[in-house]
Amino acid sequence: MKNILILGSGTAGTIMANRLHRLYRRDVAQGTVRITVVDQDTTHVYQPGLLFIPFGVYQERDVLRPRRRQVAEDVRYIQSAIRSLDATSDTVVLENGDRLSYDVCILATGAHLAPEETEGLLGDEWQKSIFDFYTIEGATALAARLQSWPGGKLVINVVENPIKCPVAPLEFAFLADWFFTKRGIRDKVEITYATPLDGAFTKPLAAKRLGHLLQEKGINLVTEFNAGSVDTEGKRLVSWDEREVPYDILVSIPLHKGASFIAGTPGLGNDMNFVLTDPRTLQAQLKPNLFAIGDATDVPASKAGSVAHFEAEILTDNVRRFLAGEPLEPAFDGHVNCFIETGFDKALLIDFNYEVEPLPGKFPIPVIGPMTLMEESRPNHLGKLAFKWVYWNLLLPGYDIPGIPPQMSMRGKQLVTAAESAA
Amino acid sequence: MTTMILAERPLDVDAEGFLQKPEQWDREIAEAIAAGAGITLTDRHWVVVNFMRDTFLTTGTAPTIRTLGKASGVAIKELYQLFPKGPAKLAAKIGGIPKPRGCI
Repeated sequence: MKNILILGSGTAGTIMANRLHRLYRRDVAQGTVRITVVDQDTTHVYQPGLLFIPFGVYQERDVLRPRRRQVAEDVRYIQSAIRSLDATSDTVVLENGDRLSYDVCILATGAHLAPEETEGLLGDEWQKSIFDFYTIEGATALAARLQSWPGGKLVINVVENPIKCPVAPLEFAFLADWFFTKRGIRDKVEITYATPLDGAFTKPLAAKRLGHLLQEKGINLVTEFNAGSVDTEGKRLVSWDEREVPYDILVSIPLHKGASFIAGTPGLGNDMNFVLTDPRTLQAQLKPNLFAIGDATDVPASKAGSVAHFEAEILTDNVRRFLAGEPLEPAFDGHVNCFIETGFDKALLIDFNYEVEPLPGKFPIPVIGPMTLMEESRPNHLGKLAFKWVYWNLLLPGYDIPGIPPQMSMRGKQLVTAAESAA
Repeated sequence: MTTMILAERPLDVDAEGFLQKPEQWDREIAEAIAAGAGITLTDRHWVVVNFMRDTFLTTGTAPTIRTLGKASGVAIKELYQLFPKGPAKLAAKIGGIPKPRGCI
């Protein structure tokens, strides 16, 4: 019997379990293949929805569902933390000491916040004047605070990249502008976006357009700001080179790390515990029977659900190839597809990969759209809201999304000259 | 990839001036790259540059700013004084290794 072990049952792990189950349905029923998923907790969070909670658009119940119910019934499901992975003996050790041996192991262990890595973040002021919105606890605490906040200085800070959904902090700034306008106190709120990057985003053309949007909405942009510590008494965010940003409410996107057990297996991960992964085949560098997907990898693509979805189609085929003794297909191109909510019922859409930066145009059908790339529109916003249904009903069960293949397509995209891009 | 002449030698560099072949590097080139960034290399700079380069050559990846702060013997605050704005990026450039893949 072949044992396929999936570590983690978030977006990537759940999709992989369901896709592999569909591929090996008969073998699973006959007992020649066993698929096992391990996760440490019981609740699946629809992470793209967390952004909307602080502004009262979504409630807790909109984003939480039981993990087990998202995974096909014939897949063995174990709730446990992971103690270690021994690549030499192909074994994973669970919290209680139980050992699981595998023929193929897929690391889908994600990324988590590490606020303890920045002095002053985790203290008496955590979830009082300092918040995150990447956890359900942080997002709901922030919702309660923003509802009754009389105004003041709102600072959004990315501590260090890579982070999950690199556009979410920008979206938070845009939605804050909309939320306080709606509450009638926008003139009493100063919004500042402080980032370690030298612009609003990593990719030049998108950085330019998003930078303009910040300006239009009256949001201050502080660049090349590497947060070193928070002075909670003086309510100041201080950079390593001793610049200061004063705040009344600090919305922090803390440092992200991969699962801590990864550090215990020499050669498996980098110094942030992200798995060293081939960016095209998704095979781990350490050993051929180890693979990684989603936020857990170190591949230079965004940490986003769309990436996990595109990777899953390719990884399912590569796991099949590996078990059949065939060469792997270097098929993943770094495809990312992200809605960027900009407030006032509009959103922007970007679609890019390892080589091609986000370009303007129509998506997914040339000229028609219905969605526009790199420009604010209402169909994009409706697309973002519809995505919640798509996530639970198509994405997690591991179905393809009609019209959107895993590899990025140049159809509908307008080529932008280097001069325009640099301008 | 383009070719750049530095310290009278042709070097393979990327668009931002990061060396693509670490073997083309020596101390003289490090000093020339540093001078271009307005930095005169001191012993403290060399501690960081050597650590950066050794880590890259042995592991294949450049250390992050946090690892530099924990393991290089130079604390993060001092790193920012030695290499203003982007210590990991600048130390990698001076150390003659490709640009760290940190940010996406």
